[in-house]
Amino acid sequence: MRAIFWGTRGSLPTPLAAETVRKKIVDALVKGAGRNLDTPEKASAFCDEQLSFAEWGTFGGNTACVQIDAGGPDYLVCDLGTGVREFAWSVIRAHGPRQPQTYHVLLSHVHWDHIMGFPFFVPAHIPGNRIRIYSCHDKLEEAIRGQNANPCFPVGFEALRATIEFVPLTPGQPHPIAGTTVTGRPQLHGDDSYGYRIEKDGKSIVYTTDSEHKMENAAEVHGFVDFLRGADLVIFDAMYSLADAMSLKEDWGHSSNVVGVELCQMAGARHLCLFHHEPVFDDQRIQTILEETIRLEEITQVDDRVRISSAYDGLVIEV
Amino acid sequence: MMAAMAGAGAVGAKMECSERLLADSVILLPAGRIDLSNAEAFREILLKAVAAAKAAVILDLSRIEYISSAGLRSLMIASKAGTQRGVKLGVSTMQPIVKEIFTISRFHLVFACFDTVRDAIGKLDPPALSAYDRP
Repeated sequence: MRAIFWGTRGSLPTPLAAETVRKKIVDALVKGAGRNLDTPEKASAFCDEQLSFAEWGTFGGNTACVQIDAGGPDYLVCDLGTGVREFAWSVIRAHGPRQPQTYHVLLSHVHWDHIMGFPFFVPAHIPGNRIRIYSCHDKLEEAIRGQNANPCFPVGFEALRATIEFVPLTPGQPHPIAGTTVTGRPQLHGDDSYGYRIEKDGKSIVYTTDSEHKMENAAEVHGFVDFLRGADLVIFDAMYSLADAMSLKEDWGHSSNVVGVELCQMAGARHLCLFHHEPVFDDQRIQTILEETIRLEEITQVDDRVRISSAYDGLVIEV
Repeated sequence: MMAAMAGAGAVGAKMECSERLLADSVILLPAGRIDLSNAEAFREILLKAVAAAKAAVILDLSRIEYISSAGLRSLMIASKAGTQRGVKLGVSTMQPIVKEIFTISRFHLVFACFDTVRDAIGKLDPPALSAYDRP
């Protein structure tokens, strides 16, 4: 399986401003001064070898949308944040607009940042496409329909020409979806959210965003550790610092890099991917959090190492 | 590298911690690891110290080799209880790994951290310094 990240930002889209792009270029030019960078290949090698990701790239600005490529003919995505628009164009580029496709969507919950891409999800407008939206959340259909309605959006849900189905899932029960087995789990978040464990051929990816963890609650911790047990990849809500998550932002329904490392270590998970980045953090801040998280895993390691990544729009992780 | 699994050990485990009363403050010297298994015991020790102190509770962490998020949560709860009673909580003498954990978790931004117990007393309860320096 592969996880393809189309949207990784939490709460709201966070585009780069012109001044930020300019600063990256200026800093890179200064760093490259005196070097022979007169071809795209040399300049690209300079980026790879001399600049950090935050210096040459960006963690991105679209809200949550992660494609799970399980190798089958159907498409599977987690959440309908603004990243879903880019995902849709990638499919249309691959097959053309008139080739009908089946899309399976796992929705963690219906807060705005996780559904706001749907009104601009082009496949929903194309007859012949089939879109199945699954969730353990009981407000699934109400939220999606309500978003495509006046006065919030001029194109009503009834005008969408694809076949769209809403499929309730039962938490804790395995469901066959797009050639995988999907099991949902309730998470601690305002108005509820659900994590999904997606398994195929002995490989597993856990998509767990918008989830707070009360680490002093042993029963809750052990229950969640079981959910993550042996996962090949854990896509984890690391929006806040641990201190913020326990003080100013307690009960805001999000978690931290520190808790992500601890849960993955306890669960024997192989790869932790920090996700749902705080929109006020710039690229350098997220890069620093990534480096610190790698260091935390290193100084607290158990027998099996946990690989650490930080999600960015365009990242692909194979399991 | 140390083995520092956050959930190691049975939940409800006790923890070793010596205590010294110093005028209006309490100095705590816990030892070992603080994780999910003993975070509750650690919290009780802290809350008891906060209730006993009038000025400050100072943690000498020189014998702590690891603290997990559950242990840090106990510190946060004790700090909030201290704020309600006008008792300050300070942390001192951290081992390098514990200091890194404080930095990575940003607890160094919300807790008063000191290099030595004496520095902590000097800042949080200056009248207790003479008692601390007395042989």
